[in-house]
Amino acid sequence: MPSNDQKSDTQIIKDGKVITDEWQLVASNDEEQTGSVVETKTIIPLSVFEAHKELVERDDIGVWITNDVDIHAVADSIIKLPVIAIDFPTFMDGRGFSLARLLRERYDYKGEIRATGYVIRDQLCYLKRCGFNAFSFDGDIDLESTAASLNDLTEAYQTSVDKPSPLFRRRA
Amino acid sequence: MYKYDQYDNQIIQDRVSQFRGQTERYLNGQLKEEEFLPLRLQNGLYVQRLAPMLRINVPYGMINSAQLRRLAHIARHYDKGYCHVSTRQNIQFNWPDLAEVPDILAELAEVEMHATQSSGNCIRNTTSDQFAGIAADEIVDPRPYCEIVRQWSSLHPEFAFLPRKFKIAVTGSDTDRAAIQVHDVGLQVIKNEAGETGFRVLVGGGLGRTPVIGSLLREFLPEEHLLTYLDSILRVYNLLGRRDNKYKARIKILVKAMGIGAFKEKVEAEWAHIKGGPATLTQEEIERSKSFFTSPLYEEIDDVSVQADIDGIAADNIAFSKWLTRNTFAHKVPGYIAAVLSLKPTGVAPGDITDNQLDIIADLADKYSFGEARTTHDQNIVLTDIKKSELFEFWKTVKAAGFATPNIGTLTDMICCPGGDFCSLANAKSIPVAEAIQRRFDDLDYVYDIGDLDLNISGCMNACGHHHVGHIGVLGVDKKGKEFYQVQLGGSANEDAALGKVLGPAFEQDDMPDIIDKLLNVYVDQRNEDELFIDTYSRIGLQPFKESVYAKQ
Repeated sequence: MPSNDQKSDTQIIKDGKVITDEWQLVASNDEEQTGSVVETKTIIPLSVFEAHKELVERDDIGVWITNDVDIHAVADSIIKLPVIAIDFPTFMDGRGFSLARLLRERYDYKGEIRATGYVIRDQLCYLKRCGFNAFSFDGDIDLESTAASLNDLTEAYQTSVDKPSPLFRRRA
Repeated sequence: MYKYDQYDNQIIQDRVSQFRGQTERYLNGQLKEEEFLPLRLQNGLYVQRLAPMLRINVPYGMINSAQLRRLAHIARHYDKGYCHVSTRQNIQFNWPDLAEVPDILAELAEVEMHATQSSGNCIRNTTSDQFAGIAADEIVDPRPYCEIVRQWSSLHPEFAFLPRKFKIAVTGSDTDRAAIQVHDVGLQVIKNEAGETGFRVLVGGGLGRTPVIGSLLREFLPEEHLLTYLDSILRVYNLLGRRDNKYKARIKILVKAMGIGAFKEKVEAEWAHIKGGPATLTQEEIERSKSFFTSPLYEEIDDVSVQADIDGIAADNIAFSKWLTRNTFAHKVPGYIAAVLSLKPTGVAPGDITDNQLDIIADLADKYSFGEARTTHDQNIVLTDIKKSELFEFWKTVKAAGFATPNIGTLTDMICCPGGDFCSLANAKSIPVAEAIQRRFDDLDYVYDIGDLDLNISGCMNACGHHHVGHIGVLGVDKKGKEFYQVQLGGSANEDAALGKVLGPAFEQDDMPDIIDKLLNVYVDQRNEDELFIDTYSRIGLQPFKESVYAKQ
């Protein structure tokens, strides 16, 4: 589960840059954090979003999903939102990579896909290639040097979200 | 053989730089042990019982003389002067220094080799038939497709953190020398009635704790769809494979739990969306890959005459004759023959090879076999393109170098994992058992009389020694801190793939040569003319073997 973060000066990596996060994330599905009381620029759990029909009309909130969600069952309702966060319970659990690709490639989602929970710097390159464009990290880490790992690998064989044409179609 | 271009070089060099940075951060304390773990595994580096172990990919077993010499150099300068051919055609170094591993990877990159994804929960090195391209029974050369799979799987962004490891094997013959039925995905390159090339796709085979023979997923997958179909299989596995228990995380467990029908439905549903997409292979790409595996410049040779010469020499030279019978393999081109260099002489750990031997093989490859060699999954080395007219001279050199033990395919050509002497996973030692058996059965005439026999030894149920698919399989087990050995009979890794059945209670290490002896005696007593051990077993079953081995003295 991603951690609650109410501070206004939290930094994240987005679109390759370190920026101040304008969103706050609600980690729990506590009853008090539900329905119309959801403040603007809040990322809420999918369960809360689904429990309150009126939230479907909002275009100023985001949702976060666990990586065991049936993405095909929820995609139609969440792709209207500006932010979808995918939680990594541990960095070793790679389901989120497939979920992001499906959102981008199958559902043509153009908003922000954010990696939350436990990801490590050394995964940024792969995460980016699968369609993530925002990354939040827990703890005290140097985001500037971390962001450099987005470009650890400069060329790739496969088709991916950021470069749909595989190398074999591009070889000179 | 495949040759890197600027893109392949860039990809591998980026990878080396990335791992150098990761290693530095780890050694500086900036990268946690548990976070470095999967990163080093995906660069081939295990931490073993005594030292790190570095596993280097030999893509589908193909290796050239420059690469062999570089491995010799690495063995000399970074290790203790030897390395090990693994049961998946890879090369393992047992004593590298962690801090020097980035340098080793940089040395490998210079000769177009890497250790990317040779370990970890990701797509591993693709394996194949060691006689690909030269076997008379081959329908389609599998190597161009192996290379396409190597590129697709290397640094695949979506499948680097799978529930568990994922192994692909490809064969192009009806005779399966790549054990495709016991791989996560097994591909057989075939031609359909219209003459089009495609794949018979098997899924969910594997050894380990829960050995399973793979299920048929698709009878014919047209070649251009190879990568989109693999992407679909992997995506279903990545999303649905179990992650709560590492012993139930392989794709075989998912396929069994869902049933092959339901699993296939999921794969086909996924595929419906990406089929025909950008990952669809172009004819240009298939041709490009094939262009690296064209036949070398064979001479036109009168086979009858050179064969008569060889037969003449063999008639007067028993040692050569034995080697010719056991250690060579027919070549599709007249006048040529393939030779297997045995890495199983008695007294050497099966598959071990020294720096000097690597250099000698490189020289042999350059002189006799177009500069190329192959590693085999039964831990030997093959030179595929020897002129029959040079075979006797070749044999003399090979014999002097210690590679001519004429035991290929026999009882003493065992598949054996490194076991408890090296591996931290092992429950029991495996190398001393192999050696004790080799010492007991040092009478070649007896070994030849027994004939083809796969004897496979694993030091634990992870089954790196492929014990489930040995005609005789030996599994090391730990009972209250003491090492015992369980015996299985009747396994096979070929097109008639089968899993062995457990004979009964396990034995002590010292008893193993006697046990093997008793099993062989039952076979010798009961065999019909020309029956191999596995045939006799299939006919008479487990019981006679059991009675003999467990009989009260």
